[in-house]
Amino acid sequence: MGEPDMTCQELVETITDYLEGTLEADDRRRFERHLHVCPDCREYLAQMRTTVRLTGTLRSDDLSPAFRKRLLDAFRGWRRGQPDPPAAG
Amino acid sequence: VPADADAELLAPLRAGDEAAFCALVDRHAGAMLRTATAVTGSRAAAEEAVQDTWIAVLRNLHRFEGRSTFRTWVFRILVNRARTLATREGRTLPFSALSGSGPEEGPALSPAQFDAAGGWAIRPASWAGLPEDRLLARESMDLLRAAIEALPPAQRTVLRLRDVEGWSAEEVCAALQLTPGNQRVLLHRARTGIRTRLDEYLA
Repeated sequence: MGEPDMTCQELVETITDYLEGTLEADDRRRFERHLHVCPDCREYLAQMRTTVRLTGTLRSDDLSPAFRKRLLDAFRGWRRGQPDPPAAG
Repeated sequence: VPADADAELLAPLRAGDEAAFCALVDRHAGAMLRTATAVTGSRAAAEEAVQDTWIAVLRNLHRFEGRSTFRTWVFRILVNRARTLATREGRTLPFSALSGSGPEEGPALSPAQFDAAGGWAIRPASWAGLPEDRLLARESMDLLRAAIEALPPAQRTVLRLRDVEGWSAEEVCAALQLTPGNQRVLLHRARTGIRTRLDEYLA
């Protein structure tokens, strides 16, 4: 009994499961068999990988100095309320 | 126990070391602010949630047992706090997909791209000829940033944590209290949407 062929649309909609490694074994086989014969889907997969790679080059943005200062003030306020550490010796 | 790059800063933090606090804030507070803004829909409420979270972290650090990564623990506190603040301000949570209901239904890529048999009706144009410096050009990256900003909040948050911050799927699920399936659907819709925007620009 042959598994039904995967369509291009099905491949496109299971591509994240494929990249995440969460496709069931039989679906993974169907995915890869389709990929083997379909240059358009190979192109699409390459574009998804490029998209992920480009997104990965974005930097998480820095805090504004004012907000960073606000957090630091909150930290200092917390520290003042802490019992002093026992003196050494 | 997952590898946790923050672990070595926790003992100094507990002892009140300011440099440790600053290092952790610089590492995480930007992503926290973005996440809280997505949950509350308000910059002011997000800042309050982030500040409250750091205070809660300092007070409860002795209870953190390292069963998740530190950042996962911090973001769980953050998301709960942000939800509470948003509810208190009477905001409808734009983050409904993260509050238990399922993510959007239907295909992520427009069905108009496909014929009746599920084959490509509009074949994807090749990106293969695009030079790397075109991809990484300032204009492309600006477009990418704008495309991410335009995503629905839950998709945006998952995509940023996974693909910008480099978190694992498990961490994102734990931090945002998502099922693995929901996390994947949100990531899938987000990545598919971003690829489409890039394609409109590049191809």
